[in-house]
Amino acid sequence: MMLFGFPITGETVAFFMLALIIITSGVFLMTLRNVMHMALALGGVFLGVAGIFVILGADFVGVVQVMIYAGAITILMVFSLMLTHSGNKAEEGPEVGAVRGIATFVGVAIVVGAILLVIRHTSWPVSPTAMQPYHQSTVLLIADALFHTYTIQFELVSAILTTALVGAVIIARKEEQ
Amino acid sequence: MALQPFLALGAILFGIGLFGALTKRNLIIVLISIEMMLNAANINLVAFSHFALKPNIDGQVYALFNIAIAAAEVAVGLAILLSFFRARSSSDVRDVNLMKW
Repeated sequence: MMLFGFPITGETVAFFMLALIIITSGVFLMTLRNVMHMALALGGVFLGVAGIFVILGADFVGVVQVMIYAGAITILMVFSLMLTHSGNKAEEGPEVGAVRGIATFVGVAIVVGAILLVIRHTSWPVSPTAMQPYHQSTVLLIADALFHTYTIQFELVSAILTTALVGAVIIARKEEQ
Repeated sequence: MALQPFLALGAILFGIGLFGALTKRNLIIVLISIEMMLNAANINLVAFSHFALKPNIDGQVYALFNIAIAAAEVAVGLAILLSFFRARSSSDVRDVNLMKW
């Protein structure tokens, strides 16, 4: 039994289910008009990507994805959608015209099609140990890489986060008269 | 599983995000689309880290950095959006033309 050229295992079935969830949520996100439905679709995309990370053996990144994207960013987006709209509609003005919409769709389809063609026709190196690449917990490996190899980058990221936090507070603050 | 399905999923997610960022008129929806494109890049990073000839953890570390930068970007973007909404009471991309030459 084969599924799109891959043997049916639990991993394959899980991958195709998650891919279906991600793509349908993304298409719904682009077509729905109701704010709450859009937030639900956004959560679907982020949770699906977290599942993909877990399939790829990156459990720590998957948990971080759930916490930051599905938790924080989705809620932030919902809050700002509700703050900036009186009604329940996400779109107030008209969309882009039909001609521009179709032209953009065709252009994006060509780009994605070209990428898919290249992916299909490139011979990727196959790892003999791809099923079980990490011999210890990924948390240990990530901690080792972060605090030994990438220490400077790690500190720079914390500086960026502090700057962004202060900057966001200052920009969003109400100006005194 | 092979590497190709993950790359294909990343490409399709990137395409959906690109379409949204180019056609939507609402600033928040454009930000959401950009987040989806960043997520597609993260899928590729983690997939390459998993399927490389000599699997290593670097791709996952890059993905974590990417997530941190994306969170900072969303915070600043939404702050600019709220400030803009207070000034013009609109969240339409066509109204963001104060600094347009």
